[in-house]
Amino acid sequence: MNEWALLLAAAIASGTPVALAGLGLLLNERAGVLNLGAEGLMLMAAVTGFAVAFHTGSDVAAFAAGAAAGAAAAAVFGAMVIWLNTNQYATGLALSLFGAGFSAFVGVGLVGKKLADRSLHEVPVLGELPFVGPMLFQQHPMAYVALAMTAAIVWFLYRTRSGLVLRSIGESPESAHALGYRVRLIRLAAVVAGGALCGLAGAFLSVVYAPMWVEGLVAGRGWIALALTTFATWRPVRVLFGAYLFGGVTMLQFHLQGQGVQIASQLLAMLPYLSTILVLVLISRNANWLRVNMPASLGRAFHPGQ
Amino acid sequence: MTLRSKRTLIQVAALSLVSATLALSGCGKKEEAKPAAAPAAAKPEPIKAAWIYVGPVGDAGWSFAHDLGRKAVEAKFGDAVKTTFVEKVPEGADAERVIRDLAQQGNKIIFATSFGYMDAMLKVAGEFPDVKFEHATGYKDAPNMRIYDASFYQDTYMAGVIAAAMSKSNTLGFVGSFPIPEVLRNINAFTLGAQSVNPKIKTKVVWVNTWFDPPKESEAAQSLINQGADVLLQNTDSTAVLQTAEKNGKYAFGWDSDMSAFGPKAHLASAIVDWGPYYIKAMEDLKGGTWKTDRTVWGVKEGLNDLIKINDVVPEAAKKKVGEIKAGMKDGSFEVFTGPIVDNAGKERLAKDQKADQAWRDKIDFYVKGVEGKVPSGK
Repeated sequence: MNEWALLLAAAIASGTPVALAGLGLLLNERAGVLNLGAEGLMLMAAVTGFAVAFHTGSDVAAFAAGAAAGAAAAAVFGAMVIWLNTNQYATGLALSLFGAGFSAFVGVGLVGKKLADRSLHEVPVLGELPFVGPMLFQQHPMAYVALAMTAAIVWFLYRTRSGLVLRSIGESPESAHALGYRVRLIRLAAVVAGGALCGLAGAFLSVVYAPMWVEGLVAGRGWIALALTTFATWRPVRVLFGAYLFGGVTMLQFHLQGQGVQIASQLLAMLPYLSTILVLVLISRNANWLRVNMPASLGRAFHPGQ
Repeated sequence: MTLRSKRTLIQVAALSLVSATLALSGCGKKEEAKPAAAPAAAKPEPIKAAWIYVGPVGDAGWSFAHDLGRKAVEAKFGDAVKTTFVEKVPEGADAERVIRDLAQQGNKIIFATSFGYMDAMLKVAGEFPDVKFEHATGYKDAPNMRIYDASFYQDTYMAGVIAAAMSKSNTLGFVGSFPIPEVLRNINAFTLGAQSVNPKIKTKVVWVNTWFDPPKESEAAQSLINQGADVLLQNTDSTAVLQTAEKNGKYAFGWDSDMSAFGPKAHLASAIVDWGPYYIKAMEDLKGGTWKTDRTVWGVKEGLNDLIKINDVVPEAAKKKVGEIKAGMKDGSFEVFTGPIVDNAGKERLAKDQKADQAWRDKIDFYVKGVEGKVPSGK
């Protein structure tokens, strides 16, 4: 029984960085901006976070630096796609490739460096509970940040006026512009906030989860987060649980191997990606599913006054 | 109209800026193969030797150890050799390109330090008959390509002795890279070593299908710990497994190099390899004209493998036993795979009192009794 609680706990830990990045990308996409550069953002934030943690010894400073790095890189991306109207797909891909090369370049001296010893975290009292304790209350604080962030984004998008404006820009920037909203600035704000969340996810990976820096550390999690927003049909709570599901599949394949189950581990390693494609196929078959939630202006440039 | 064309211009400018940066960052990464220094006129031309590594040299593991060997060559021969290395070369098509490139650059001997370079190297070896090719851990050779290997199973056997002395759950965990004979040998030796102390020991194995992916290695280690394993060993190249054990208050070993700094409490010992002696021998063979195709497998006896930095928490009895085994390996009297060896399906693989030879060790494709699960097969 305890084994399954630990498996679920590991799934949550594995899903946490993907959830954070996915939530950030959801904010972008709700405002109509598709950022394919997530992987690059996360890598740049991961190396920044690791460098700060290594030199200052403070995880909090490392997370702040990672978020700042993600936000800064996203701001450059935002300025290009929002003001210069560069193609969002091409710019995002370029950012991903640039981030991979740049992080490797600046991180050369950090490879093989060690951070201060990591300890396990446990919420007092609650962590002692049977089953639920090891599953939910022995997580790194960042796991709870991801939960809180989900709640905050749900509240923001669906319960505040600003959230409504953000969504309306994602649906029809022209209408929002006609109503007097500053479409470009608001889009930039969404992109920067999304970049900060991706950065937080990157820093979590290098500072807590690995914890080390190597080239390509993010290993595709940025792409998973991108797929996740579609997988979750642009709903924050579904992003969170989708991330846990991906984490769960990853950990389950290790768990089954440890149990001596005879399944090719290569096949199991494909499962997170396979399930993404499967869900994409399923939801794409139903036009209503997509139409209800998909921001109508996603990926389209906005030209005010035309 | 003007406004629109101006905007297009800016777009083009921005895109070219991005691509220029990309091209630059790409170049920045390729500076591994250092340009050869202009040789002094009077001195004889130094022999050029090159190494290719699967990981970054800073991995503190496999590639790091090979690079120490390369440095030992530099230290020994000084100006008489000129060494270069290329790190992070993926196994497969890229490797072939890199090896060919190194051969064209005038390297007289090339060391490929990972199993997956075998076919790429064999192909290039056919194209450059005057260049000597050395492949680590493989099994294919050619008139100008030979094989060298270490005996990690000797280290893992000794690690098993220590693991059994430290395990409370009687469950060991192994993070495996790829199910090739080399790794299966290590898993089996680890388990046999542990069973020599405590016959009830079981080993759980998780395959990550990579040599180097720290987050994945951590996840695999965490999964083993969650399933009750309390002493871990890995055949992957990063410090992630040791660090995960440290975080969870469990034990683990260092691999390839001394990793004690990465988990002071968790670190029980480090299974290390010192490639220096072999690389020096290979260079001497080349210089002296005695280089010929063969296969060299060195181990504890030749000073290639060792288990070092045994933690103080390990009981004296276990330390003493490791010392005896090591002495036996040094004088050649001790063989890890001595019958009876039974696989985990109950079939006898080596009869009682029979000692394994190299051919037997090369063909290991099973788990010994006590290892859980089945060896993954492509079928």
